[in-house]
This record gives sequence, C-alpha cells and structure tokens, in this order.
Amino acid sequence: MPVLESADVVLEVENLGKSFPGVRALDGVCFRLRCGEVHAVVGENGAGKSTFMRLLAGLETPDAGEIRFRGRPVRLRHPHAARQLGVAMIHQELMPFLDLTVAENILMGREPTRGPFGWVDRAAQRRDAQRLLRRLDVPVSPDCRMRELGVAEMQAVEIARAIGCRAEVMIMDEPTSALSEREARALFRVMGDLRRQGVAIIYISHRLEEVFELADTVTVLRDGRHVVTGPVNAFSRQSLIESMVGPPKSRVADFQSQIAGACLGGGAVGSDRVAAEEAAALVVRGLSRAGAFVDVSFAVHRGEIVGLTGLVGAGRTELAQVLFGLVEAEAGEVRVHGVAVRLRSPRQAIDHGIALLTEDRKHDGLVLSLPVMHNLTLSGLDCCSRGGWIDRRREEKVADALIADYGVKVAHREQSTATLSGGNQQKVALGKALLTDPDIVILDEPTRGIDVGAKAEIYRLIRRLAQSGKGILLISSELPEVLALSDRILVMRQGRLSAALDPRKTTPAEILHWAMPE
Amino acid sequence: MHPRSTRPWLARYGLLLALVGISLALSLAKPGFLTVSNLINVIRQIAINGILAVGVTYVLLTGGVDLSLGSLVALSGVAAACWAHPTEFPVVVPVLIGVLAGALCGAANGAVITWGRVAPFIVTLGMMTVARGLALVISGGKPVSNLSRAFTTLGSADVLGIPVPALILAAVALASHLCLRHLRVGRYVYAVGGNELAARASGINVAGVKLFAYTVCGACAGLAGVVLASRITTGQPNAGLAYELDAIAAVVIGGTSLSGGVGGVGGTLLGALLMGVINNGLDLLNVSSYYQQIVKGLIIVGAVWLDKRSTK
Repeated sequence: MPVLESADVVLEVENLGKSFPGVRALDGVCFRLRCGEVHAVVGENGAGKSTFMRLLAGLETPDAGEIRFRGRPVRLRHPHAARQLGVAMIHQELMPFLDLTVAENILMGREPTRGPFGWVDRAAQRRDAQRLLRRLDVPVSPDCRMRELGVAEMQAVEIARAIGCRAEVMIMDEPTSALSEREARALFRVMGDLRRQGVAIIYISHRLEEVFELADTVTVLRDGRHVVTGPVNAFSRQSLIESMVGPPKSRVADFQSQIAGACLGGGAVGSDRVAAEEAAALVVRGLSRAGAFVDVSFAVHRGEIVGLTGLVGAGRTELAQVLFGLVEAEAGEVRVHGVAVRLRSPRQAIDHGIALLTEDRKHDGLVLSLPVMHNLTLSGLDCCSRGGWIDRRREEKVADALIADYGVKVAHREQSTATLSGGNQQKVALGKALLTDPDIVILDEPTRGIDVGAKAEIYRLIRRLAQSGKGILLISSELPEVLALSDRILVMRQGRLSAALDPRKTTPAEILHWAMPE
Repeated sequence: MHPRSTRPWLARYGLLLALVGISLALSLAKPGFLTVSNLINVIRQIAINGILAVGVTYVLLTGGVDLSLGSLVALSGVAAACWAHPTEFPVVVPVLIGVLAGALCGAANGAVITWGRVAPFIVTLGMMTVARGLALVISGGKPVSNLSRAFTTLGSADVLGIPVPALILAAVALASHLCLRHLRVGRYVYAVGGNELAARASGINVAGVKLFAYTVCGACAGLAGVVLASRITTGQPNAGLAYELDAIAAVVIGGTSLSGGVGGVGGTLLGALLMGVINNGLDLLNVSSYYQQIVKGLIIVGAVWLDKRSTK
C-alpha cells in the first residue's frame, strides 16, 4: 500500500471488509479521496457499493480494515460520528422526518437556539433553511411539511441539509435515479459549486454518461473487491463496463447485441396494428383523478410495448396505481379486452389479467422479511395450492422455475429477500407480478437503480413478454430505454397526455419538449 | 425450513438451549423439579397462558397487538358458566358459547381496526374495558357457580396422565402451526405483517387477513376463558386481569417481532414453557412471589435483547 503522500487526501480506506450472513459483501477494499474531487464508485448491483458507503457513513461497522480521515484513523460506530467528522450521506432511500417542516429537516440536530434552555429560534431556522435552499435553486418553501414533497424535492432538502452541516465529504448514492433531466442538471450545477469549495464527493451511479460528465476519478468494485481506480479520462464507456462486468467478456457483447436487437425490433409488431380499438388489450378513456391526472385516454394492444414517459410528478405512477386498483379513479373508463371493468382492489386487477411492477420494490413491491420463494408466489398462490392448503412441493417447483427463468442469483430459494442486491430483488418482484399470467403488464421504472447487466436481462424479458402477446405499459424516465423498447411513446405533462410519438422518428429532445411544463 | 431458517443457529436454538440449561440447573438444585408429577404440574400451569399466547401470535405477526385478552377470558368464562349449570345442556354448549363470545369480540376488534382505521392499541384497549363491563353485567358482578361435573372436569381431568388443558393447548398450537405454515391465510398473515403495502399490491385482502387474525385470537381467548372457568369451577367476572401481558411476553420471548412478519407458534410455545419453568423453579426454591415478578420482568427484556443481538 502506498503511504499518505499529500495533504489534500481527506479520506483514506485500507483493506476494508464486511460480511453479512452468507455473503462477503466487501473484501479488502482500498480507496482514497481528495479534496474537491468527484470520485465515482461504479459496479454492478451486489458489487458492494452501497455497503461501502454505509461503512463510510457509519451506518454499519466494518469487520476488517481501517478508515482514516485526514490521516487519522477513525472508528465510525454511529452515523453521528461520521457526520461530526464532516461525512454526509445523501441516501438512496431517503430518510427524512415526514411530519416536520422542510426547515426543521434541514437544520435537524443543529437547530439555532436562544437562551439557556435551548429554546429553538424558529425565525433563524427558517432563514437559514431559506438561504441553503436558494443556493441550491430549489423552489421549495421552508414551511412545507416534508410529506407534501416529491422525491426530487426531498432529495434537494437532504442535500441542503448536508451543505448546511459544512460536510467535507458528501456521499451521493444514486442521487439522480428519481430526478428528471432538469432536476439532475440543477444537481450537477450544485455539485460543481461544492467541488470548487473543496468538498469531496463520492458519487455512485449506474448512469455512466453522468460518471463521464461529472467525475474526476473512477473506482470500480466487483463482487465486493476493488478492481481499478483511475482518472475518468483513462476509461472509455466500453472499458468501464468491461471492468465492472469482468470476464467473461461475452456478457458485455450480449448486452450490446440485446440493446441493438431491442432497437431494431421496434416496428415488427406495429405494421398490422390497424385493428379496431375493441381488439386492444387495454383501453383507457377519459380517466381522471384529482391532483394526479386529468382526462387520460390511450390503448395498449396485445404484443405491444407502450412507453409512458414524463417528468417526475407528471402523474405516471398515479395512473399505474389506478390501473392496478390501488387507488380509484374519479372519472373515466377502463376496458380490458373490450369489457368495461371496475378496479377497486389489486385483486380485481389481477383477476382481470393486469399486473403491476411497482416503482419502489422496497416500499410496496416485496415483503423483505419473507424468503425469496414466498415473495415469488405471493400474488399467485392459486397455482400452487388446493383449497387453502399450500402444496409445498408445487410451490418449490414454481419458485425454482421462476428463479431459473429470471436468473435470480440466490444461494437458496429460502434465502431472505432482504439480503439480495437491488437487481436480484427487482427480478423477484417481476417474477412475482408475472406469475399471475397477466395479459397486461404495467412496469413502473423497471430498471431504476439497477446495474447494466441486470438491465439488459430485464430489457430482454420485456421484449419476450411482448412477443408472447402481452400488452405492456412501460413507465420510465430513462429516455434511451423508452426509445429502444417502445412501439409507441406517450408523454405525460402535468397530469395530461401531451403527445403520442413514434420512437423511430422522434428524438430525446422532442420527447423532452413535450414533457417540460409549458 | 421456514422463514427463520436463514438466521444463525444461536438465534434459532438459543431459546431451546436456555430452556434445557435452566431445567438442568433446577433439577440439580432441587431434585423435586425433574419428576413426572412436577413437570405435569408445569404444563398444567402454562396451559391457559399458552393458549392465549398462541392466539395473540397471529395478531402480533400482522404487526398488531391485542390488549383485551384478559377481559375476554373473564367474559367468555362467565358466558360459558351461565350455560353450564347441571342438567341443562350438554357440555359442548357452554364450551362453544365461550369460544364464540371470544371470537365475536375479536372480530369486533378486527372490524374496527381494519374498516375504522383505528390503531390496534386503542381499539383493544377499549375492548378490554367493554368486555370486562359485559362480564360484570352478565354475571351481575357475582361469580357464576353451581357448574355441572362434566364442565368442571375439563379443567381438572387427566387423559393418560396428561391434564386436559395441556391437551387443548397442544391441539390449538398444532392447528395454528399448520395454519401459519401451510395455509394461504397463514402465509398472508406473515406478508401483511412484513410489508402491508406490498401485501396489498400483491392482491392480498389485507382487511380480511387482519380480521381473521383478531378473530382467531379472540376465539383462543374464549377457549382459555372456558378452561379457566372450568378449572376454578366458577365464572369469575374479575378473572384474567393482566393475562394479556403474560401472553404477549411469551410470544415476544419466543422470537416473534412486535413489528410483525417474523416468528411463529413454535417459539411462542417455548416462550410460554420457559416462563412456566422459571415460575415453577422459583416456587420450588421458595423465592417469594414479589421477587418472582422482578425476575419475570428481567427475563422478558433480557430474552428480547439477546434475540436482537444474536440476529445482528
């Protein structure tokens, strides 16, 4: 190991290791972070990035190795310890206090006080928060309750909080995964400011374009081990993916051919789709729900992938929830195979052949405390039970088939779902939704926060589903994904459908034009 | 192989080890402990708490809580006793009446919790008082006595040397184990407790599952009330005070999470047994009942603390 050579190294990590039951999540990782640099950490899901960050933020304690802050060995036994040193984490799953105001959240733990009893100076609190929010250029009132904000706004608040703590090291774990293009731009500008002020940023992202645009240095992790570190311009997109995926190289080629295939496949089903609307698998007419979307009408045909895109908060997720019976529409009509249906509960939606992959698998997709097998069969227990009695053998067979089919990497089907990586969890969620053998599949951000390898597998799966005659509504913020996969693209803007575009003729710029508020 | 199977061995077998260890220590200290008659005594003593604990396991697994158990024991005991006077009805009638009374109250709890969207703590706290009041109203505030021989033998008779209450506990525990591990509704109980939103988005009737859990819990309390009335040969409107706390303690010692989704009947039985063995042992050692309470309290907290540590 090279010794400390310059004073501008803020954080240094040597031979860091961490195990969880059955998994060596991190093994002998070395890492060095300098003042004022953006250091990207990339790797596939399960590579150990999140574990690494959790160790640095004091959310977990390492089993082995050493963390040095400004040359001094430190033990981060608690998030508070990390925060006091000036290490702040913008968490992948945000953890704000939902019932407090924005100002209270931003100044949590360091409220301006007056007098000997620590009376909170609310005016100062509000003022400080306002100042920080202005610096970030986010139009959020400090008096707003956290609960009323969207994900992007919550994230901005978290960043404001970290800046307010005068953090020297800021860890950003997939900060743009929930952001729209414009919001991401604002974030990048803030990151530039922070860098000029000497703040070191550890940046985790699956979006390699962002890595190349933002980062000074890149570190690649694979299977919990350090693979390579170097200046970003020493890598190409290709070489970075190669070191993330590792040998055998066939996987990379596979992924590329998959993407190429997905692009070409676009028009295959489209030509003979002159069929009457009645033949469509799903027809939506004049659907409205107050505060979410107004007068939405479209159709999804058998074997067709309809991409639905738009900015965060445009009403896409709410539309998916209505179509799956999670919330009720206030006006409008939904027809499945030409028959008008009322969707009052997910059970009814499933019975009508509709499936939903929810946007946030941890929130409402999976029961993490259950084993993988039980999650896989949760929606479709009919197929492996007689009366109310679960046929254990059949269930095991069904689960094994799904695990093999979707390439879920598990040690055992009884493994706790919580221990899987994001990509594998997503495959479990997908397997669960598809076990009910739906005709209409709604996918809400199916590749959010998962690595390139898993993404390619999910793309392949989506095409396969379409080819088998299912109608697919693909909700996604990633324009390349929507463009590559869809037969038709719908754009939502502020709760209304603003455009229906042909992916072979449109461009990202045009989509964005229809998505941006007028 | 079940949802706890991926936990480290200490977490899985720690409770059993503790039980064996304490039993060994007691049998060394007091030769009277490890005798057939004393062990039968132990299972007789834990039967009622065990039945309550198995019932409340369903509710705790959904992430809820039931504080009304003690009052349901009193209400169903009184209700059963009213129908158990000699030469009136066959013995199944008072038994069914008692169980039904508990089940109805449990269903009422579940209905208000699911459709009224009131917190389980509040609803069952209310039911605790309502059921106690009902027991007093039905009985006129006086113990209901003069019960038939057939009814009172339920609580005192032995079959092949094993007390009937213990056999009832065994039956309830076995049925519950099968239900939670092998029936769809049992699986759904775990799912609802583990992540209610995901359960709903998976097409599970969450309200129905909760209603089921509270109803089963109430029915178990009803059964426990019948057994108690039979054992003390009267329907006591003041019986069962604070029984719910011992029952919940047994479940929690048995490794079921108060936040739901993790645990099971096996642990609950072990928990109830551990509490019973320790009570019995302290009795044999002539420890005053005042100190016994302190010990019990420490064990509840200590067991959960150890469980948390070993699963980390």
